[in-house]
Amino acid sequence: MSDAAQIRFRAATEESPAARWTLIALAFAGLAILVFAPLIAVFVEALAEGVTASLKSLASPDARDAIRLTLTIAAISVPLNAVFGIAAAWFITKFDFRGKAFLITLIDLPFSVSPVVAGLCIVLMFGANSALGGWLVAQGYPIVFAMPGIILATMFVTFPFVARELIPVMIEQGRAEEEAALTLGASGWRVFWTVTLPNIRWALLYGVLLCNARAMGEFGAVSVVSGKIRGQTATMPTTIEMQYQEYLSVAAFSLAAVLALLALVTLLLKTALEIRHADQLAAAHRH
Amino acid sequence: MHIEIDEISKQFGTTAALHPVSLAIPSGALVALLGPSGSGKTTLLRILGGLEFPSSGRVLFDGRDATGLSVQERRAGFVFQSYALFRHMTVFDNIAYGLNARPRATRPTKAEIARRVTKLLDLIQLPEIGARYPSQLSGGQRQRVALARALAIEPRMLLLDEPFGALDAKVRKELRQGLRDIHDTTGLTTVFVTHDQDEAMELADLVVVMSMGRIEQIGKPQDIRARPATPFVRDFIGA
Repeated sequence: MSDAAQIRFRAATEESPAARWTLIALAFAGLAILVFAPLIAVFVEALAEGVTASLKSLASPDARDAIRLTLTIAAISVPLNAVFGIAAAWFITKFDFRGKAFLITLIDLPFSVSPVVAGLCIVLMFGANSALGGWLVAQGYPIVFAMPGIILATMFVTFPFVARELIPVMIEQGRAEEEAALTLGASGWRVFWTVTLPNIRWALLYGVLLCNARAMGEFGAVSVVSGKIRGQTATMPTTIEMQYQEYLSVAAFSLAAVLALLALVTLLLKTALEIRHADQLAAAHRH
Repeated sequence: MHIEIDEISKQFGTTAALHPVSLAIPSGALVALLGPSGSGKTTLLRILGGLEFPSSGRVLFDGRDATGLSVQERRAGFVFQSYALFRHMTVFDNIAYGLNARPRATRPTKAEIARRVTKLLDLIQLPEIGARYPSQLSGGQRQRVALARALAIEPRMLLLDEPFGALDAKVRKELRQGLRDIHDTTGLTTVFVTHDQDEAMELADLVVVMSMGRIEQIGKPQDIRARPATPFVRDFIGA
């Protein structure tokens, strides 16, 4: 084949080989510097004094309490946000009402508000100095510097994940199948369980995974409301920060490595979902 | 079942989808609601099925006021424009859905449901496809499955929204005859919506021509063709 023929048959959108390789190299360099190098560094630092030292630090009461607290927080806030997310998406996509666009914007608010500001709002609302917070403390249910505050902060920050995954999928699927089920005599509740939920299940799982990853990793809002009391309100991310500032490098990086591993597992599950159910998830990502 | 539409109107916000319209559909008739898009024909069909509620007026089934009946209580077999088959269920489960949704006291046994689904699959002349999913069917097959699913609930009437809209010309012709046959065997009062005047004229006993939310003319196909009542009807049917 001559050069002339090659040029003539090249697709309109195809770049020259030099441009292609430069772009690919740039992408890899960016990924290496921004993603792989830090990730490897975390594991290298964690294992700097050997596996035994790393495992020993993870077995310490502080680390164990932090892991337990973070998993508990995720186990409570993720299912709650899944329920709220389904309810919000259902409401927005299956009904017509005034102010719909405003409501969608409101759901996105946690993405645009700094988590620290969100944490401060919760402190202002429920702190011991506020009327509501003072009353709750008097009843023996403190919100701030306690578990409920951390859950509230986590839920605020991770609220959009499930709803945002579901809304485009549910808009794309429309209402016809639900209407068909209704004409066949099914109750609203039955329609939800037998038609709506099965149709959104993969998008829902995807949203839950993203929500979970963020719930376990949330630092800003939680560090404001939790008070970082060791053994009580210190989550994994806040414990990592405290240990690092106390020059407990192995302990900090070991815990960081566990958090990174949890994130990697989430990522693997997410990728597996994407490969198996690409068609259904595509709807969500076209927007 | 005899259907009477008495001064039904429908407003969506400030726009009127239907001005007060009245129409009597005799029991066992095959009726076409014919009109261009935006004429209100689908809105009228959805009001009959209980999927929309009228802003004013009444619907009577066999002389009894049915205006407030819920969509489930209407027992209308509804075939949707894009068929709306449940994509995560097999054809068998799609057709059985309405029977499974019945309250325990009136729900047929598993064996009885299977028997009825098999019978319906025979009726639509697709006895072999029970285990397939909707995505594995052709457009014509989907339409017939949607019809079987609607018939499974032993409906009091059959309502079809553009039942042939998404099909190519050849399949369309076959299925027209299929719908005529099913109507004749079941004897169900049947109302279908179409924008295709050939389809309406060929298939229906009674044609209702609609435009801009109003009924322009009601009559037998040959009468409408011979004596169009308004300039719109004359223009639309190309007489």
